Amino acid sequence: MINGKNKNIISVNLTFALDELGYKGKKLATALNGEFVSVQSRDNTNLKEGDKLEVLSPQQGG
Amino acid sequence: MKSFYGSELKSQMMLGTAQYPSPAILVSCFEKSKASVATVSLRRESGNLDSGNSFWSIIKKLDVKILPNTAGCHTVKEAVTTAHMAREIFDTKWIKLEVIGEEDTLQPDVFGLVEAAKILSDEGFEVFPYTTEDLVVADKLLNSGCKVLMPWGSPIGSGQGLNNIFGLKALRAHFPDIPMVIDAGIGLPSHATKAMELGFDAVLLNTAIAKAGDPIVMAEAFSHAIISGALGLNADPMEPRDMANPSTPIFGKAFL
Repeated sequence: MINGKNKNIISVNLTFALDELGYKGKKLATALNGEFVSVQSRDNTNLKEGDKLEVLSPQQGG
Repeated sequence: MKSFYGSELKSQMMLGTAQYPSPAILVSCFEKSKASVATVSLRRESGNLDSGNSFWSIIKKLDVKILPNTAGCHTVKEAVTTAHMAREIFDTKWIKLEVIGEEDTLQPDVFGLVEAAKILSDEGFEVFPYTTEDLVVADKLLNSGCKVLMPWGSPIGSGQGLNNIFGLKALRAHFPDIPMVIDAGIGLPSHATKAMELGFDAVLLNTAIAKAGDPIVMAEAFSHAIISGALGLNADPMEPRDMANPSTPIFGKAFL
């Protein structure tokens, strides 16, 4: 589940999964199952079925 | 002016970046308000769109400090994780910590707030806690490592101004050396003036400008209002009296 929506992806590795999902080159932060995953940790993070991935970017805020 | 975690601000106005009619108006409001800090958030990014980068390209051109928030977080875990993500993406230790406890008023969950503030302060964050005017909570936040407090004026987005003047005065008097920002509830420039007259160090607002009929003029109005309040306080205002006292001298008045 990515940003609350069910998605099927081929990539297992988080970095490759983000590329596959169209996020390559974007300024974003990630959390997997409620835990922050830093940019440096993405290469070493693998996804499995049922994982909840949050992909966030800078947005307006008060 | 007090410093905020060692940073001297060029103005005592902090401005949110949400709800503006257009990006161009947002930029003009920052120029006219002379705001020194911009609050931002993190939200879900679509793989197809590029809203985050578009927004960020506008904000980074503003000559302001960036204060990411944890808006919408209702638990300590949510707030702490969001803070971690914000630190990475915005490359700042500053975090406007919000742990919301009640939906109708968006009142902070002060118990969760203190807990999250301790975790984040211990991790090296410079926490700006969105809190109430409660003295005991303030003391606990300071003991948790916060060096700034952000008491609400009234509920977020309500525009009611300062709902508890007595409580805010007590908070200001109790912690005279702590930088404090009135955050939330400001609706009119006069509310901001009042906050500065009470001795607060800055005002943070968003909706009052963004949702005004003419946001750019309102931004300028708030800029003047904040400066007026601060100048008035520094000029040592007279004490109010219960009885009238003529300003024109009695001595020398003609007997007619």
